Amino acid sequence: MRYKQIITAAFLLTGVAAMSFAGPAKPAGGTVSGKVTYEGTPAKQKPIDMSKEPSCAKQYTTPTTTETVVTGPGNSLADVVVYVSAGAPDEPPPSQAVTFDQKGCRYIPHVLAFQTNQELKVLNDDQTSHNIHPLAKINHEWNKSQPPGTPPLSEKFPQPEFISVKCNVHPWMHGNFAVLKNSHYSVSSREDGSFTLPNLPAGKYTVTAWHESYGTQTQDVTISGSETKSVNFVFKAKPY
Amino acid sequence: MSLLKITKLGAALLASIVLPFAVSAQQPQSQQGSAQPATQPAPAQQPPPAEKAAVAPNRNAPMESHIGKYSGHSAAGRQLYFRYCWGCHGFRGDGNGENAPYLNILPRNFVAATFKCRSTPTGTLPLDQDLYNSLERGLNNSNMPSWITLTSQNRADLIAFIKTFSPRWQTEKAGDPINVPAEPALTLQSIKHGQELFQKLECWKCHGQEGRGDGPSASTLTDSNDQPIRPYNFTTGSRFKCGVTNRDLYKIFLTGVDGTPMPSFGDVVKPEEAWDLVHYLRTLQVNKKSPELALWMSTSEGAAIVSAQKIRGTPTGAGINQ
Repeated sequence: MRYKQIITAAFLLTGVAAMSFAGPAKPAGGTVSGKVTYEGTPAKQKPIDMSKEPSCAKQYTTPTTTETVVTGPGNSLADVVVYVSAGAPDEPPPSQAVTFDQKGCRYIPHVLAFQTNQELKVLNDDQTSHNIHPLAKINHEWNKSQPPGTPPLSEKFPQPEFISVKCNVHPWMHGNFAVLKNSHYSVSSREDGSFTLPNLPAGKYTVTAWHESYGTQTQDVTISGSETKSVNFVFKAKPY
Repeated sequence: MSLLKITKLGAALLASIVLPFAVSAQQPQSQQGSAQPATQPAPAQQPPPAEKAAVAPNRNAPMESHIGKYSGHSAAGRQLYFRYCWGCHGFRGDGNGENAPYLNILPRNFVAATFKCRSTPTGTLPLDQDLYNSLERGLNNSNMPSWITLTSQNRADLIAFIKTFSPRWQTEKAGDPINVPAEPALTLQSIKHGQELFQKLECWKCHGQEGRGDGPSASTLTDSNDQPIRPYNFTTGSRFKCGVTNRDLYKIFLTGVDGTPMPSFGDVVKPEEAWDLVHYLRTLQVNKKSPELALWMSTSEGAAIVSAQKIRGTPTGAGINQ
């Protein structure tokens, strides 16, 4: 049964591969932009009790909350990774590193998108030890301690994957890595849920939006020339 | 049933031919369920790399292991695996055997190829010798027994066979073993420095100030199977998860215990400092006679700490010999 599913998937894949190679790639710059919103009632975020870590707790006057769903004005939904999942070629990693900061016993940013094999720098700005534990399933799982005052850790992930990151010492700390195959990605903003994917050559693309609690959505977009196509995603919020 | 499958397969085949021409642009395609971690969001078009990897390398490719003078062969190990191991580790080696639901540290998943006891850095494959040692020793505080009753050749063959479960063994090499310098002479200064490190590195957050595995974070810990897991309680005995010697302890500390909350300290601690910590940790094992404990107890400070540790439990009973 399972093998047959895989075979079926393989057939579909061949079809899609043929489709994506057919599109001529011209070096023109189209743009896909839009907004991510939700409908319904999102789960209320829970306040975090940091009393076990006084050096972090004292940084907050009101308790900070979990970030599994981050919303903004006008039903906008933040921290959604919007990226070109099909139609664009894989790209080598850019030379600049991305930074993942541990500050006030939270991860900043909560969702960090970067490319395969791109350098990831992990900083500890706290007065306490953290352990960075990306729960990778496709990439290799590793787990490293980072006491205060130690230099940034430098890491790479060779495979595309959405990875949940946690600190075992501070169980409320939770973040996400989105490791992507090309540079066409954007994380919806915390101000208004907007995103922009610039510099897309003419062609046919599948744009995917990923949210850590609400899953994924995809839309197909065709770019011809230097137009700006508007694409919006609406996620159904769940109250639990 | 089978007719239905054939029809489905035929439809898929047809679709793969027709699809490239028929797909129209700018239509929302799917709104998938969200409970899954969504490793690759468009499964119909891009199977996740894990799935691909599970299919691409030849699952029946023979594997070998090399441990000292022994060379193991997966063909020989297969017989042994399906006699001794599969009840817990499962038919597919995914740790999902018949007994698995009854075990509270789940059997190792050989498909994921994440191993606890290594002499290699965190995130890398272990040496054959590491796996062999685990098999010989068993894993303390888990349901994995020692397989010392098997011959050395049998164990080598089994190691070769479990390497057939994950494609990682075909595509990458084991990590470079970490450098373990010779153990410096035991001094009181070394123990005291270790004691400072225990505070500085915040080992006590999980392991507790007395090493009883009852630190403030202890109750929240889960392993990578989302199962609750306890930090090691140093006071209960002399065996660690990955061995009994000071050298074993050094390696656990610097390589981490992959798949559990125990991180690697390899990037943040100097080798000589690590030995100091090893010396101090030995003094937490108050029920085991060790040179470290003897030296520690020869001081009034150490003797007071140890005697207090021997009698004290926690109100929940968590500190009493479990």
